[in-house]
Amino acid sequence: MTEFATEHLIIAPILIPFFAGALMLLYEDRQRRAKLVISLGAAFAMLIVSVELLTRAKTHGLAGGRDIGFYLLSDWAAPFGIVLVVDRLSAMMLVLTGLLALPALIYSAAGWHRQGQHFHALFQFLLMGLAGAFLAGDLFNLFVFFEVLLAASYGLLLHGSGQLKVRAGLHYIAINLTASLFFLIGVSLIYGVTGTLNMAQLSTLIASLSEADRPLFHLGATMLGLAFLVKAGIWPLSFWLPTTYMAGAAPVAAMFAIMTKVGVYVILRLSMLMFGAAAGPSAGFGAEVLVVGGMATVAFGLTGVLASQGLGRMAAHLVLISSGTVLAITGFALAGGGTAMLAGALYYLVSSTVAISALFLLIEPMSREEGGIAAMLALTADAYGLDLKDEDNQPEVGLAIPGTLTVLGLCFGACLLVLAGLPPLSGFLGKLAMLGGVLGADTGTEGWVFVTLMLLSGLATLIGLIRVGIQTFWASEGVVPRVLALEIAPVLALVGMTILLTLEGNDSLRFMESTARALQSPAIYAEGVMQAPRVEEIQE
Amino acid sequence: MEIVLSAAIGILAASGTWLLLRPRTFQVIVGLCLLSYAVNLFIFSMGRLYVGAPPIMPKGGFVDPTIYADPVPQALVLTAIVISFATTALFLVVMIASRGFTGTDHVDGREGGQ
Repeated sequence: MTEFATEHLIIAPILIPFFAGALMLLYEDRQRRAKLVISLGAAFAMLIVSVELLTRAKTHGLAGGRDIGFYLLSDWAAPFGIVLVVDRLSAMMLVLTGLLALPALIYSAAGWHRQGQHFHALFQFLLMGLAGAFLAGDLFNLFVFFEVLLAASYGLLLHGSGQLKVRAGLHYIAINLTASLFFLIGVSLIYGVTGTLNMAQLSTLIASLSEADRPLFHLGATMLGLAFLVKAGIWPLSFWLPTTYMAGAAPVAAMFAIMTKVGVYVILRLSMLMFGAAAGPSAGFGAEVLVVGGMATVAFGLTGVLASQGLGRMAAHLVLISSGTVLAITGFALAGGGTAMLAGALYYLVSSTVAISALFLLIEPMSREEGGIAAMLALTADAYGLDLKDEDNQPEVGLAIPGTLTVLGLCFGACLLVLAGLPPLSGFLGKLAMLGGVLGADTGTEGWVFVTLMLLSGLATLIGLIRVGIQTFWASEGVVPRVLALEIAPVLALVGMTILLTLEGNDSLRFMESTARALQSPAIYAEGVMQAPRVEEIQE
Repeated sequence: MEIVLSAAIGILAASGTWLLLRPRTFQVIVGLCLLSYAVNLFIFSMGRLYVGAPPIMPKGGFVDPTIYADPVPQALVLTAIVISFATTALFLVVMIASRGFTGTDHVDGREGGQ
């Protein structure tokens, strides 16, 4: 029984949101409370499963005491059928998805989920796409799950409607459709050259490619990389990102904080698998591009943070800084850097994603004028022709919190500390680990440029956010905004996560280190997948 | 056959790219369609070109794989066609909404001169 459960647990993070989303499509959109409950329940179940997978990945509890678990769909042997793979990195990303989804959903209950159709169903499909992308073991399924999450994200971005959203959505969809075409070209080139799409098998084939095929393979990998780099928002492919993130509804933007990280995750996974030290002549392919592109992204992001007027645009540029940093470190690690900096980057990835998500949720309560969400709700409901007499549509009945400005200020301060990388919170630990790793490895001039950029980006974040903070909390006069408990609770939860991440800093960093070590020895992954036993064989 | 196919892919991709960079939403969507046709043909060609070779093998017994076409790219093309069709339809809806909001079919929602 337990063996059965382990086996099928791996596909649960995909199936739970899929069924929840499909179920909600069957019901009328007016039953929002029921939908909210289903949605929260599904996200919670997904989180529980992810945590369980993470625990097992950490303690070698996956099938047969290995570090990675597999799920062979329809019991086809590994290189021929579809395979789902879970290891430390993907389990960690799954947990992160669940941790961001719950607060975003709770926040949406304060009003946003009423402002358009099918918010919860789309949200669940987004979760399904994310989980699938993290678990996919072959390139084509990665494409399919990417399309699932993108299709859901198009709908979510347009949620609430309005001119700004539609315009941003138009650009976002056009860019992503084009990027998907690049993805397909890359996938088919790689298939044409190697005859396989399975990531594990690919990683074993690369060293033995013929000299005539190698440039073609590199071209395919470049095309594929372009598609993911667009999603990760590397400069100069990132101009769509700030407007899009700013235009999205608050809970949507908070969830989008992980969307760039999907791109980063795939780049990290594929480059480590395909172009690690064992790849022969292809080893380290693309490392330079990642280092330079990542650093350019950080530079672009920090300029953007300094230039932004509103908090929304600033937060979007912080997303760029965060993904640029991790991409640059991936490049360094690919070029032969140590485990230490990669571990630091993973830790930084988690803590900065959580903090940015919290910041996106803070934007609205902080910049709320008198009337706030109630007025806005009435406005959009008007534009949308929604029936305001809905039973659960009485606006602003929730509990308002006391000491609004104090609580908001504390949350904002915590986000600032994490994002600027100041002690004592987790941002500092992450940056310290990364900088230590970069300085410890022999990275030459590029290393020093990176260190400088890191410190500068921290400074820019500090200046930008403090400016907003002073305007909002000290220089503002007049009525204190009314903030619902439903809106502040998710932010508090996210801030609590960063504090927990700091308190457990030692353990988390050790976990990240073993994750980084596993990433740097792709042979474990490759052999594991290729030898994954079929059910039939186990029974015989 | 190789020349015809590669010329077709090249012409579709070139026209698609040009249209994609035009300022009108209708041109962009036609460009995306042309590009996706080019990509679909490209995926198809990555299974190598065969004439009159079926992709599905009979059940049982020994089969000689060399007389069959590679079925994987054909399956991939089907998936890619469905997905790009669906997303293009969605794009069309957004395009019409944008036109309704802004009163112009420029991709930026306002005419270039303004």
